[in-house]
Amino acid sequence: MALAGRAALRWGARLPSPCPAAALLCRPAGLPAACQRPYSSRGKEILDMSTYPVESIRNFSIIAHVDHGKSTLADRLLEITGTISKTDRNKQVLDKLQVERERGITVKAQSASLFYNHEGINYLLNLIDTPGHVDFSYEVSRSLSACQGVILVVDANEGIQAQTVANFYLAFEAQLSIIPVINKIDLKNADPERVEKQIEKLFDIPTDECIRISAKQGTNVEKVLQKIIEKIPPPQCNTADPLKALVFDSTFDHYRGVIANIALFGGEIAKGQKIVSAHTQKRYEVNEVGILTPNEQPTHKLYAGQVGYLIAGMKEVTEAQIGDTLFLYKQPVEPLPGFKSAKPMVFAGMYPIDQTEYNNLKSALERLTLNDSSVTVHRDSSLALGAGWRLGFLGLLHMEVFNQRLEQEYNMSVILTAPTVPYKAVLSSAKLIKEYGKDQITIINPAQFPDKLSVSEYLEPTVLGTIVTPHEYIGKIITLCQDRRAVQKDMLYIDENRVMLKYLFPLNEIVVDFYDALKSLSSGYASFDYEDAGYQSADLIKMDILLNGNPVEELATVIHKDKAYAAGKLLCERLKETIPRQLFEIAIQAAIGKKIIARETLKAYRKNVVAKCYGGDITRRMKLLKRQAEGKRLMRKIGNVEVPRDAFIRILKRETDK
Amino acid sequence: GPCPQWPYCRKRCSYCNFNTYVVPAVDEAALRACLVREAQTLLRLSQVHSVTSVFFGGGTPSLASPSTVAAVLEAVAGAAHLPDGAEVTLEANPSSTSTSRLAGFRAAGVNRLSIGVQVRGALLAAAPAAAHDPTVTVLPLQSLDDAELRMLGREHTAAEAQKAVEVARGLFPGRTSIDLLFGLPRQSRDAWAQQLEAALRLCDDHISLYQLTLERGTALAAQVHGGALPVPSQDVLADMYQIARTVLVAAGFRHYEVSNFARKGALSTHNLSYWRADQYIGVGPGAHGRFMLWGEGGWSREARVQTLEPVAWMQEVRSQGHGTRSRVVLSLLEQLEELLTLGLRTDEGVTHERWGHFSPQLSLQAMFGEPGEAWALQQEGWLVLDSSGLRCTWAGLAVLDSLLPDLLCQLQRV
Repeated sequence: MALAGRAALRWGARLPSPCPAAALLCRPAGLPAACQRPYSSRGKEILDMSTYPVESIRNFSIIAHVDHGKSTLADRLLEITGTISKTDRNKQVLDKLQVERERGITVKAQSASLFYNHEGINYLLNLIDTPGHVDFSYEVSRSLSACQGVILVVDANEGIQAQTVANFYLAFEAQLSIIPVINKIDLKNADPERVEKQIEKLFDIPTDECIRISAKQGTNVEKVLQKIIEKIPPPQCNTADPLKALVFDSTFDHYRGVIANIALFGGEIAKGQKIVSAHTQKRYEVNEVGILTPNEQPTHKLYAGQVGYLIAGMKEVTEAQIGDTLFLYKQPVEPLPGFKSAKPMVFAGMYPIDQTEYNNLKSALERLTLNDSSVTVHRDSSLALGAGWRLGFLGLLHMEVFNQRLEQEYNMSVILTAPTVPYKAVLSSAKLIKEYGKDQITIINPAQFPDKLSVSEYLEPTVLGTIVTPHEYIGKIITLCQDRRAVQKDMLYIDENRVMLKYLFPLNEIVVDFYDALKSLSSGYASFDYEDAGYQSADLIKMDILLNGNPVEELATVIHKDKAYAAGKLLCERLKETIPRQLFEIAIQAAIGKKIIARETLKAYRKNVVAKCYGGDITRRMKLLKRQAEGKRLMRKIGNVEVPRDAFIRILKRETDK
Repeated sequence: GPCPQWPYCRKRCSYCNFNTYVVPAVDEAALRACLVREAQTLLRLSQVHSVTSVFFGGGTPSLASPSTVAAVLEAVAGAAHLPDGAEVTLEANPSSTSTSRLAGFRAAGVNRLSIGVQVRGALLAAAPAAAHDPTVTVLPLQSLDDAELRMLGREHTAAEAQKAVEVARGLFPGRTSIDLLFGLPRQSRDAWAQQLEAALRLCDDHISLYQLTLERGTALAAQVHGGALPVPSQDVLADMYQIARTVLVAAGFRHYEVSNFARKGALSTHNLSYWRADQYIGVGPGAHGRFMLWGEGGWSREARVQTLEPVAWMQEVRSQGHGTRSRVVLSLLEQLEELLTLGLRTDEGVTHERWGHFSPQLSLQAMFGEPGEAWALQQEGWLVLDSSGLRCTWAGLAVLDSLLPDLLCQLQRV
């Protein structure tokens, strides 16, 4: 079970070494002259990194839309530089999680140091991998802050997509050198010229700066390496300065504790030094430093401008938060800008399918969050679903990936409720302000929704969405966006056939099924990405669901006023289908305050008695009845209406798209 | 009394999931020997002195020869007292009921005939209690409409069924019952009402009405679930049940059990013994029984199931005298659960006397007369608890399966 993805090597990774097989590979001077065991990431040899001065270092990331070939290009770069041996098995080498390989995405960034000789000089090229989705935009921005340049990969067939745009702007705003690369030129439908024009139009990069490659076949990949050296500046920092190290990622290893990925912005770091976290002010002693190749390879020291890892007795990933700055004890420095704690944007309830699985699920959650400190976990309980948790995620993909990892790596099947977003209320009631100790509160649970009378304004989170689509779908997409209360901010033809649309969306309008709707109405051709755009005022109300006049606490929802009627009607209809008939008629209603906005009627049972019951049938019959009696005890009673747990699960459960 | 089971049919009906076997040739002599042997063994084990009724179920026991029926009855009479008037029922199929065959069964000792398929239970009601008057033979018909019969996969036609009933009534006057199914695919309320009228013109003094149950794995269920056959809605089914009750009660029938109607006292003694949770002994492949056995802890009521597959069952009977596959001692709670589940199906309900027979300590009044689930159900008009016992109202009877889980919950808390 690869927790951090740092378990034993599955591919033939090896270090540059004087072994015969590697003899032809370019080997930097000063490396220890001994063969590495091919399957060890912790060889005895300690590398000396002092031979790589700042001038010979290039720190870069590869950014791309999903499936445009980021990981394949990384594989080739690793091969060419001899970081890994060249075999057919090198597919998504840096993507170690099953979910990453299945979905072709990067969730947990992996980094690698490559050694490359160019025109007689040995260079240290640090490939800093980034998660490939803006759910992880904070991580991406931290990773990028350790870089001076990026390779922007665009598919020669698909052209610029939504994520290409989002990633470009992240790099552009960080003022990084951008090397545009057009990949998959070996494909039959490849049209690199068109893509070059798109890049020129949208990003203002001259067409002759694009490198046309096929990462799959290795065509022109060497050119990319050369461009990295020529175009990306070395980091601007000095080993003589006091230590200043950025934590840009962290993982957890059961044996060694937290492994923090760091980039040195000044000074040097070595085993035995005492360091302090600027965020927590906690002090640690460095046990080990090294570089990633892509597995940990210990070094004597790391110097300014270099990128590697650090192990310093940190017990939890929260002690090595992404964006934190480390410095030497008693030599404090100004922390690096841009640090913030992970902020969950999407919440969902998680419950074991069977309550007896609670403890197993708890331990799986604990272990999984060891590696992903951006998931927030709060114990929660529902009268219908039992004991569980309310989890906060960075975004939808993050939620899906987390759930998939629980299933795949921990064999846990759970009830995940439909996602909700954190609303806010600006309080006007002096009493409430005193009670909360602040005038603005975040509402995660509808039960906490304050009445309109004590609120001056409700706020909802928004995102700026980017959609790139073939132009024939524009009409349908605009209608979809309007249905989702989105406001158009921009519309631009990136070439004759493709349009980029920008919309400001209320986040809750895209958390459930927007992406699927977009994909289906564009036959899969439109791409979508979004970034946080703060809060806006919203006409929010709390909608209650009543069964024979009694409210069902777990079905209350906070919703925009314009959406309440449709949502209330749908919920009532679904309840009618899922609640079994009972001895009396049941009114299923949706209400805002005292006003009923939707109603369904579930008729009473008029006949429910088995036709035949003679001697032979009774044993089977008793078993069924006893199971029903047992089920009665587990039913949630709303007034006199009995609602089985299954009905709640069917109503509350997130609709899975696939 | 013993309940021999004849597990063979000529053809499998589309709605049937009983333990039946369609084989070209049955070694009747071997089966007969085994039925006799098992009846003897079980009667001896149960130590019953007197048998109230015998019921030949199936399969289609009327396919057996009268001599087999005679042999089993002889064995029963040899192992225990079988009073002259004891009810001896045979299930029959309209297409295997020629006058001479039926006369043969009568000569063998059958005094009640049940033609047809659905009623199963190769069982003997064995009770040391006072003998009831022997009852009549049942003739189960499924339908009086040819198209419906074809859909059900029945071998006989409506005319044959009609003929069979007439023949049976001639031989077993006042002791002939017919089965009718309702809720068939495409059946309307009106069509059902017409069937009822036809049935009333034909029937004797006992009618069983069964709402069609779509059993998993049957051809009919597959057709309905596949959408090929539309079935009547819940409301239509409820109306059909109500129509039947109204029509039959008006014709002088007593609605004495969920699906059973009788006039002139022609109740089925044998079946009543199930619903009253009396003792019964199951003989034959797949038969179920409930009877008292003397063991280490004194008398205990056992649930027994005989081996299902006929060849295996025969081997077991030959080697050990019986083919009992499972024996489970029923706890007091389980006995009371069964008593409620079965007893509430009848119009008399669970009487104080019956309840006291199983639970001398905690009375029916103490159990259900206090606030609790049963109390609430009485307030809502589904149940009645009075000086004679606990029973369903008419409205309650139609939804009994929604009442039972509540009652079992209350029972389990004691």
